[in-house]
Amino acid sequence: MTVASEQIGQWLFEFTRQEPAEPWLQHRRERAFARFTELGFPTTRDEEWRFTNVAPIARKAFRKGHADKLLVTPSAVEELTEEEYERHLGRYAGFEQNAFVALNTALLCCGATALRVPRGVFTEPIEITYEVPAEVADATRDAKEQAPVAVHPRTLIVVAPGAQCTIVETYKGEGHYFTNAVTEIVAGDGAVIDHYKIQRESTEAFHVATMQVALGRSANFTTHNISVGGALVRNDIGVMLAEGAEATVNGLYLVNGTEHVDNHTVIDHAKPHGTSHELYKGILDGHSSAVFNGRIIVRKDAQKTDSKQTNKNLVLSDDAMIDTKPELQILADDVRCTHGATIGQLDAESLFYLQSRGIGKAQARSLLTQAFAQDIIDRIKLPQLRNQLENVLSEKFHEHGNY
Amino acid sequence: MSLLEIKDLHATVGGQEILKGINLTVDAGEVHAIMGPNGSGKSTLAQVLAGRELYQVTGGQVTYDGKDLLSLTPEDRAREGIFLAFQYPVEIPGVSNMYFLKAALNTIRKHRNLPELDAMDFLTRIRDKMTAMNMDQALLNRPVNAGFSGGEKKRNEIFQMAVLEPRLAILDETDSGLDIDALKLVAAGVNAMRSAERAMIVVTHYQRLLSEIVPDYVHVLAEGRIVKSGGKELALELEEGGYAALGLQDEAEAVGKA
Repeated sequence: MTVASEQIGQWLFEFTRQEPAEPWLQHRRERAFARFTELGFPTTRDEEWRFTNVAPIARKAFRKGHADKLLVTPSAVEELTEEEYERHLGRYAGFEQNAFVALNTALLCCGATALRVPRGVFTEPIEITYEVPAEVADATRDAKEQAPVAVHPRTLIVVAPGAQCTIVETYKGEGHYFTNAVTEIVAGDGAVIDHYKIQRESTEAFHVATMQVALGRSANFTTHNISVGGALVRNDIGVMLAEGAEATVNGLYLVNGTEHVDNHTVIDHAKPHGTSHELYKGILDGHSSAVFNGRIIVRKDAQKTDSKQTNKNLVLSDDAMIDTKPELQILADDVRCTHGATIGQLDAESLFYLQSRGIGKAQARSLLTQAFAQDIIDRIKLPQLRNQLENVLSEKFHEHGNY
Repeated sequence: MSLLEIKDLHATVGGQEILKGINLTVDAGEVHAIMGPNGSGKSTLAQVLAGRELYQVTGGQVTYDGKDLLSLTPEDRAREGIFLAFQYPVEIPGVSNMYFLKAALNTIRKHRNLPELDAMDFLTRIRDKMTAMNMDQALLNRPVNAGFSGGEKKRNEIFQMAVLEPRLAILDETDSGLDIDALKLVAAGVNAMRSAERAMIVVTHYQRLLSEIVPDYVHVLAEGRIVKSGGKELALELEEGGYAALGLQDEAEAVGKA
């Protein structure tokens, strides 16, 4: 048996013991599983996975479980019809190139979140929370030999033309488990979407997530991708822009200990007059590591594209590591694209200034650390989310004054 | 006992000796001006007193209020009542002026066994001081010094000093970059703070600030040593004859004026 087939064995077991689904879905699942077995888990020899070694996931046998789902929506938001579900599912987040998406699709069943947001302005957010509570993750506590749990949350949201809504996806849990999430969002022409993904898994958890967003003409999409936990975290975010669409793709990653976060984003300007702004900021401490890989594609047709990408990193310890890489593929000639990346430490002069006013070194460091993230936090429009984040920040990096 | 006693203070930066034996005694209620050409060590002295780690103290002693000042962290010096008005106030995006100053005041109050102030009490307390420094209330909600004009930054320093009520204020070239109106405003703010309990060290290159903040003593610093001390008339002598009258080079100044 080869290593790859050993790795796939447990998944095959989980795949084959599933209840069969409706024929169209069953067919898709089978194709996805076949593709998964062909692809196998990526290795660091794959360019897309150079800095993130998923061996800890690939080598481990997981049993299939379900995250607890909590869904709160404005009453007008409905489930997709079977026909819509079939039409959209997997159309944006394809499984051909990505083993994790293939696996998610292969193990897709009843628990998917499939919503339609009708035309209208919704001030109440759509809140989707996937949680792996301790009793689910740690069914292993009693029987040590039992494999840890893997959950495969799947979200599909179709937003009607001209609709305006806020979507908050939260992933959290306790103990040792693997979340393998896929989210697809379809924005109709002129739709305005404010999206947040809050990833605060346990420090022992693996989290791999793909989000694909398709924007209609003149749609406006803003996302904030906040990663505050997890032993190994990988986000693949893709946004495809139609003519005149605007995308704001922001992210904040806070890592400490031996955590690892990898953010790969692809902003695809397929049509003219699109605008994208991307700002990713990271704070790294301890022995943590992070990756930012931001690809901007401007296709041949996409004249008058205006795109700006920025990645800024604050590194608080000598042992933390960041790899940052912009990738611009520009095929049109009348465009404006800028990108920049910085990696820095806390500013000694700012520290001294605060100390010279009586503020202790530990507090000064934590103030400056928070200040670094403040511009992302200020852009978050939901006050409860802002407060939550400020708390996480001060908890996660409170011990800085110790040297 | 004097409030501040500096004895044979030596300090280096990057292996280069900047202060080469400073001796200075400052009593409560006094205003001392320290003048000198560029590069003479004025700002180094100010920063060393405030505890900037960039500078290594290689010899000498500093006693402040009976304590060994050099053994204290910068924050403890501030809590004990030392305030440095920066020559180049630092911009701190992401930290609001209000949050910063309230945190500073409350740590200092705590150190003095005074109750901490809540936001309302704090605002009440600082309102008059803002008016006195002609500071717009909106500045409170802006990040510390970020996007402030040069004059606003200097006024903000003096405003902070008024709020924190230090026992020893060190003003490092607070006049630099100010037009005459801003200079008068800043000087008025400083003069309002003069008291029998408080001492000030005013570091400046030019005499013009000392027409507004009249010192009790003037010291001339050159090449890391105090080469001449006198009363306020010494500043006027320097104004007329320049540093050259004392036989001092001031090349940097000549460049600055060009």
